[in-house]
Amino acid sequence: MIQIRDTPLPRAGKAVGIQTIGMTMRFGSFTALDNVSIDVPAGTFHALLGENGAGKSTLVKCIMGFYHQTSGSLSVDGHEVSVQSPKDAATYGLGMVYQQFTLVPSLTGAENLVINRAHVPAIINWAKERKELAAFMERMPFKISLDRPVSELAAGEKQKLEIVKQLYLGRSFLILDEPTSVLTPAEADEMLGLVRGMTERGELTVLMISHKFHEVTKFTDAVTVLRRGKMAGSGLVKDLTTKDMAAMMIGDVKLAELDTRLPVPADATPILVVSDIKAPDRTGLKMIDIGNLTVRAGEIVGIAGISGNGQKELAEVLAGQRPPEAGSITVKGSLYGATRRETHINNVRFIPEEPLNNACAPKMTVTENLAFRTFDVKREGGDALWLDMKSMRRRAASLISDFKVKTASHSSPIASLSGGNVQRAVLARELTGDVDLLIVSNPCFGLDFSAVAEIRARIMKARNSGTAVLLLSEDLDELLEMSDRIMVMSDGRLVYETPALSADISVIGAHMAGHH
Amino acid sequence: MDETGIGIWGVPLAIFAGAIRVSTPFIFVSLGESITERSGRINLGLEGTLVFGAMTAYAVAVMSNSPWLGVLAAMATGAVFGLVHGWICKFPKVNDIAIGIAMMQFGLGLAFFLGKPFIQPVAPHLPSIPLGGWSGLPQIQSALNINVLFIIGALLSVTLWWAFKNTRIGLILRVVGDSSDAARAMGLNPDTVRLLATAVGGSLAAVGGAYLSLFYPGSWNEGISSGQGLMAVALVIFARWNPIGCFLAALLFGGAGALGPALQSVGVTQGYYLFYAAPYMLTLVILVATSSPTRSLAGAPGALSITK
Repeated sequence: MIQIRDTPLPRAGKAVGIQTIGMTMRFGSFTALDNVSIDVPAGTFHALLGENGAGKSTLVKCIMGFYHQTSGSLSVDGHEVSVQSPKDAATYGLGMVYQQFTLVPSLTGAENLVINRAHVPAIINWAKERKELAAFMERMPFKISLDRPVSELAAGEKQKLEIVKQLYLGRSFLILDEPTSVLTPAEADEMLGLVRGMTERGELTVLMISHKFHEVTKFTDAVTVLRRGKMAGSGLVKDLTTKDMAAMMIGDVKLAELDTRLPVPADATPILVVSDIKAPDRTGLKMIDIGNLTVRAGEIVGIAGISGNGQKELAEVLAGQRPPEAGSITVKGSLYGATRRETHINNVRFIPEEPLNNACAPKMTVTENLAFRTFDVKREGGDALWLDMKSMRRRAASLISDFKVKTASHSSPIASLSGGNVQRAVLARELTGDVDLLIVSNPCFGLDFSAVAEIRARIMKARNSGTAVLLLSEDLDELLEMSDRIMVMSDGRLVYETPALSADISVIGAHMAGHH
Repeated sequence: MDETGIGIWGVPLAIFAGAIRVSTPFIFVSLGESITERSGRINLGLEGTLVFGAMTAYAVAVMSNSPWLGVLAAMATGAVFGLVHGWICKFPKVNDIAIGIAMMQFGLGLAFFLGKPFIQPVAPHLPSIPLGGWSGLPQIQSALNINVLFIIGALLSVTLWWAFKNTRIGLILRVVGDSSDAARAMGLNPDTVRLLATAVGGSLAAVGGAYLSLFYPGSWNEGISSGQGLMAVALVIFARWNPIGCFLAALLFGGAGALGPALQSVGVTQGYYLFYAAPYMLTLVILVATSSPTRSLAGAPGALSITK
């Protein structure tokens, strides 16, 4: 292919528009992207919607030069260009902010910015760089400290720094991949508002991948929806309703519906009581301090909070992975130390975040992983000495079909399953049998609509049959939909509690951000 | 009775002199390893590189009659060992620790094989700088006879510390060591950076070997190294990947190592063998005291295979 370089190099601060024409990408016999044409004019805020596997990331990777499309073409400001690598994309002013952060954690913000430049001097004159950076930051709507290591920044600050980095490098077309997935509602609104302001001033063009309809309707100009690699629809946001967009995204799939919420009886027995737990957090510099947390039978208590405020440590304490320094945990009235025996007697089940790493042995088979709760007990009770492979397989087969786990075979390693199917498999294992207490952490992170609906329905069903559920989640919408009570965790403490029905998002958000 | 002339003061003086003498190879190997580990790779083969460097330096010094030529030759072979390690490790599913152990054995074996003819001849020694001229006491004069490599090592550790912060190469190294993905997103090839970092690390380790054969103890034989190459790898972790920390840790380790001989020299004969274990005990105690079961190691490069 001939390298066409006919566009003038972009000027920083002057938005460029892009167009794809008939973009198609095949991996072997699988068509990930099928004839997709989108138009994002300069200075607009464009949303790209679609389920997992709909081809959104394939499309943007083709634009950015990570993939080379099988056919189709890309134009920047009306000129067809050939983008062979992210470097080429950069010369046309195209940049991308990834879902997972690409900042280097141990470097400071300033170091991260400088080292990403195309030309870094062999010896960096920090006095001069700092002055230039300060001047540059003057023009930015975002205010972030550049002198701290990135690992100390909050998620929202990191996300802003990622965007600042792209602007610092002179990009004027940005792809944002689910930029708000780790932010609080207030942080997300602020950040998208600032980005929107830049597009309105013609400094920036944005293509944003998103799952959240309210962001799309509030901030973007136009939307393109992909489904199974094809264009499912597009249009101006002002002409479309949320319902239209959802219909384009999922097609005619029927989503699992939540059971009607049974009222929590006033005299429901407390199942989990956490009192005065103190434990060091991961850095060892701060403590989590849970005064009182009670979860009663048949209710879902949601814990809201920005990631990194101690939710993970709380979950680890409850799972027995982190020894508390003080305080007590009681389950059904007796002290609980999270040993296997206590877990078994009290019917405590646990679905941690990233279940593949935290609740599975990735290289063991699906059948074996599904037997983790039961392999050491005989059917008639008592400790089992020998594994009963036949009943393990029978049980696995029934769980796999009950919970619709998609796997090539029962004896495939569980690591070969997709994220949603690992989540389903763990759910199948944890929700089968008697469950009195269920502790769930971010159960729907990164899953598509139908998997999310399915998993939420299962949890609600467990709640209605009398399970006490503690739901730790960074997704406020999920907490509002699922919980009976919501508590907010900030800086290692539970700082606010509200019944979910009368919850006020802005109040919750303020507490999440530490204003309490 | 008091043969040393300065009595009990001989102990701290001997420890001081010993610290400088014993620490020099540790300084070079650990500085080299800190460069390699900062790039996200562990080279456990430095023991082999060190011994091969000692042999090369000695052999070249014997043949050319120039100890500095010997050091340069050692650096070249050390770099080759590093390149081989780095080149093998770039293949998928290759474990850098296993390759390191293999390279260590390979280096030892090859050095013993090629070094046989050089056990007899005598090589010129590296020079040292007499800084003790102001004192009339021969003990102080000899203790302050500082070898040149130690001074170079001290300067190098400060330079590296500065370079990790203030140079393009330093930043690139830290980026690659902290996150391969971030490096790739930046258009850097982590394998190339690690290959070069391992080569530089190998060449510095070989300088440590050259010190052993050309200064102290100053001869070439098969028992020349007492595990300095391996201990230095632990020192890097102990020093939290900070070059100045590596230098200080090496000094501490060298000082503890000189405790046994120093006590022996003032006539403590009982159980002085136990003091030979002091450096290892010290390392164990400090490592246990400074680690925590609930906290991850601060400053560890994120892409190291032991922290992943």
